[in-house]
Amino acid sequence: MLRVAVIGAGPAGFYTAEHLFRQSGLAVEVDLYDRLPTPYGLVRFGVAPDHQKIKNVTAAFDKTAAHPGFRFFGHVELGKDVTIEDLRAHYHQIVYTTGAQTDRRMGIPGEDLRRSHPATDFVAWYNGHPDYREQRFDLSQEQVAVVGVGNVAVDVVRILCRTYEELATTDISDDALAALRESRVREVYLLGRRGSAQAAFTNPEIRELGELPGADVRAIPDEVEPDPLSRAELEKSGDRSTLKKVEILRDYARRAPSGKPRTLVIRFLVSPVALVDDGREGVAGIRLVRNTLQATAAGTLQARPTDSFETLPTGLVFRSVGYRGVPIPGVPFHDAWGVILNEKGRVLEPDSREPRLGEYAAGWIKRGPTGVIGTNKPDAAETVACMMEDVARDRMLAPSEPDAGAALALVCQRQPQHITWSDWQRLDALEVERGRAAGRPRVKFTRVEDMLAALGR
Amino acid sequence: MNIASILARKGSRIVTCRAEQSIRQALSLLAEHNIGALVVVDDAGGAAGMLSERDIVREAARDERLFGRTVGEIMTRDVIVGVPEDDLRAVRHTMTERRIRHVPVVADGRLVGIVSIGDVVKAELDQYLGEVDTLQTQVGVRP
Repeated sequence: MLRVAVIGAGPAGFYTAEHLFRQSGLAVEVDLYDRLPTPYGLVRFGVAPDHQKIKNVTAAFDKTAAHPGFRFFGHVELGKDVTIEDLRAHYHQIVYTTGAQTDRRMGIPGEDLRRSHPATDFVAWYNGHPDYREQRFDLSQEQVAVVGVGNVAVDVVRILCRTYEELATTDISDDALAALRESRVREVYLLGRRGSAQAAFTNPEIRELGELPGADVRAIPDEVEPDPLSRAELEKSGDRSTLKKVEILRDYARRAPSGKPRTLVIRFLVSPVALVDDGREGVAGIRLVRNTLQATAAGTLQARPTDSFETLPTGLVFRSVGYRGVPIPGVPFHDAWGVILNEKGRVLEPDSREPRLGEYAAGWIKRGPTGVIGTNKPDAAETVACMMEDVARDRMLAPSEPDAGAALALVCQRQPQHITWSDWQRLDALEVERGRAAGRPRVKFTRVEDMLAALGR
Repeated sequence: MNIASILARKGSRIVTCRAEQSIRQALSLLAEHNIGALVVVDDAGGAAGMLSERDIVREAARDERLFGRTVGEIMTRDVIVGVPEDDLRAVRHTMTERRIRHVPVVADGRLVGIVSIGDVVKAELDQYLGEVDTLQTQVGVRP
């Protein structure tokens, strides 16, 4: 019997468990730990509430959870309730799937003014993450800038532009729903540092922005039109989806305002250089430099600042310029990449760069924050393949108590309030029930105490 | 996606050699690490050139006494060097178009990794597989 601890119950954790259970001729037990009482990680706390279909992926995770060798230990935190040493005493292998939990900074003056936030804080808040429920965002501001054009930035502008009626049928947190109902936001800027042809958002995402009932979308013709370098690249590659993307944006640049209550302005070739202080340590604007594109030796078109500047008056700024993993104490970390130091998922010793016995990583903490949810599946497969190679060569930890009962006893002792899979199923049913009357997919519990109380504890 | 995400799971172990080393030494490095190319580094830790198995094969066909010669004599000096922020797609384009199999990656003048065409293809394939899987779950197809 191979016993594996997986740390982090997001997509990478579930896909790792799934691949482990698929190994033929090997019986595997997986204990999936999460510091939060609820599973699914960013599917619950990252995926936007108006994109419920994307959350269907949890059906696949539930199937994994139904495997007899699977257990969920929610509300159990590594480093607090259990230590790596504890895990080494109970498991043959440990897999870290803790994700990219922090945002990259813009590194510009004024970044820490009031009303300047990481976009992920806003996302975690509107998705009801217990750690973010006390956060406040000043939605009385009329102009908002969102820096970045990745999917988080696009989610944030879309949520800001949604009407109350649209949001009221989603599983957005009750606090966020109430706050957004009072929102006085009128203009939202989405700021991309490169051109329209380089923007990371997908065509369905960008098309959705043009179909918002409560917001007119606008773009600036000169910024949307690909520069000569982008044009040459497009002609060479014949990349249809990028051509289509540029075409959609050209349409936005041609549109006349139709008088909707809000306006979403998509900007390209601009980088923030400073946030402007309103004199009371709050944001009054965002100073931008206009960029041109320049090719690197390997052919990437990169933004280069010009000497042309402008200032947008905005009272609220969200930055979404990248994410990085948070080091786990005792686990080697590669600071430049913001990931656990690893090779194909095997954790490496920092000095020798040799694999560390029995420890692995998968998902964003392994490769950085790229790809969609499903990208974690081939990624986890690669890690599990390494784990199986090591099992075959008998390169595993030698736990003193390699049995399920001993691990459960440990968890019960350290965290009596831990959440099992059947506890979660009850919480899930309760949330869905709470949403039913209002025609919502669910109404989330956003306090750990509320979850425990709902379970009668 | 950029090539930093490839380097992130390569352990940043880079097998290098120096221009004054012999081809014999270079060959044993290639064999020992089961790789197809070495970055030739200079005193400053930058990429002075690349030595690929191709370079060796081409030269071996001409000169049977190749093994005693130095890396510097046959390495490729005109190397395309990448940066971690390079787009995966742009790098794939450049590699296929110019028939290069390896791109050393440099940040702040320091060699930080090497990306092979195999790495690039695998990363793109994984990206597509992931997108297909995600689309299938959204429309309710059992993958």
